[in-house]
Amino acid sequence: MPKYLLLKHYRGGPEPYRPVPPMDEWAPEDVEAHMAFQRHVGELLRENGEYVDAQALTPARTWVRYGGPDAAPVTTDGPLPETSDLAAGWYMIDVESHERALELAAYVSSEPGPGGEPLYEWIDVREVMSGAPAHD
Amino acid sequence: MLKPTQRLDEGALRALVPGLLAALVRRGEDFAAAEDALQEALLEALRVWPKHPPRDPGAWLATVATRRLVDVRRSDAARRGREERLLEQREPEPADTQPGDDTLFLLFCCCHPDLSPASQVALTLRTVGGLTTPEIADAFYVPEATMAQRISRAKRALRGRRLNQPGDLAVVLRVLYLVYTAGHAGRVDLAAEAIRLARQLALATEEPEARGLLALMLLNHARLPARFDAEGRIVTLDRQDRSLWDTREIAQGVRVLQSALALKRRGRYQFEAAIAALHDDAVNYSETDWQQILAWYDDLVALSDDPVRQDPASMLGRAVAVGHVLGSAAALRETDRLREVLGDRHRWYAVRGYLHELGGDLLAAGAAYAEAARRATNVAERDHLVRQAARARAAELGTVALPRSSR
Repeated sequence: MPKYLLLKHYRGGPEPYRPVPPMDEWAPEDVEAHMAFQRHVGELLRENGEYVDAQALTPARTWVRYGGPDAAPVTTDGPLPETSDLAAGWYMIDVESHERALELAAYVSSEPGPGGEPLYEWIDVREVMSGAPAHD
Repeated sequence: MLKPTQRLDEGALRALVPGLLAALVRRGEDFAAAEDALQEALLEALRVWPKHPPRDPGAWLATVATRRLVDVRRSDAARRGREERLLEQREPEPADTQPGDDTLFLLFCCCHPDLSPASQVALTLRTVGGLTTPEIADAFYVPEATMAQRISRAKRALRGRRLNQPGDLAVVLRVLYLVYTAGHAGRVDLAAEAIRLARQLALATEEPEARGLLALMLLNHARLPARFDAEGRIVTLDRQDRSLWDTREIAQGVRVLQSALALKRRGRYQFEAAIAALHDDAVNYSETDWQQILAWYDDLVALSDDPVRQDPASMLGRAVAVGHVLGSAAALRETDRLREVLGDRHRWYAVRGYLHELGGDLLAAGAAYAEAARRATNVAERDHLVRQAARARAAELGTVALPRSSR
């Protein structure tokens, strides 16, 4: 079965379908509903036998490259174009088909936002390349 | 002794490991080789004992491990041919040591200052705690192969080191506290494991700080049942259901702390335990004895010449106590001094948020909590801080009433 990464972003991607303020400015009950939905998605994927992994990333980012022989690594945290992607986290799922991955991504995107209305958040769906056949 | 009808008690089996390993290393066996041999003996025991329980489990394991060591030495010797004569089996030294000495000895081996903290923790859990490599890997969310490699590299690093001089107890205490704070992820409750090890350590040494650490763990662990709600959300001290606290563990922690303080050699774990004890002692949050807590914090930060630089975490904790004793403005000034050292940490913003809220400045509190949430590195804490920010902002807008009626 193919594995897919359902990537969520702090920023980047298509124009938001429904622009919303940061979550810390939502009504407390909307925050609760949102977080409850996220727990529910995790449980659902586990129950379905489709769950592989879920992780959240902090927004802090450091770019680093080889500095050359005998030199320290070179780092930068900007400036970057404001449009650059910043991943926020992912679900990794193991599913029957690409269609199923899209279906689950759309469900993730239906998570409640301010006022309890769906967020319509764009989810970045990426297929994971399979490695060499495992031989244990 | 194991009766045939008894089910194999893995806890009792694990408890035998430190003594046996210490005896092997003391008689001159290589630490890594001895540990491997003992692990294999344990696996053999798990396989054989359920049907054929030994009369003396410890002696059985020692015999099997020794046989294994001899086998390894023989095959190595065969490989290396002429070195054979050098590898004759050494005579065991008379066993005149106490079990506690063995634990301490092994902790010093595992917490060798040349090892990285991650290696010290892994080796301690495996060797003194008797956990399996998959269990340790699970607890730290890394693949089993990664943890196996970390442990074998740590053991390799110890090869050839003299392991007979007294180690650094401060490092051992720090490693055990690291194990404790790693909490309980996965199948193994690391906090409980750390308490078990700290208990052994406290029995093995007269050092009051060992007891201080044990007391600190017990007094914090007692509150664990109230620290998360059914959905896994963080519940802060001011809102915890105190009837869920483990009163037996608190009583035990207080006793251990008193026995430590009686030795009149004070140290940071004793001070931190005293602060935890005062929190545990309050019937409700508003009854908290902040005056006394602040006094203990003063002692704690006085252990450093330059506490702002050397112990900013304690200074930050102290600021909360200052807020309750002297008011939020004084406390915020205290945190200003820490900005340079801690100003990019989520905890600094979280404490600022709390202090602003204490002073009734909900707008500033919301902003500080939101900033803290952006810097959090733990999902439960991040979610908690987002909630705090949303709640403070909503209260500022007057859309909901402040649920903290006790303030």
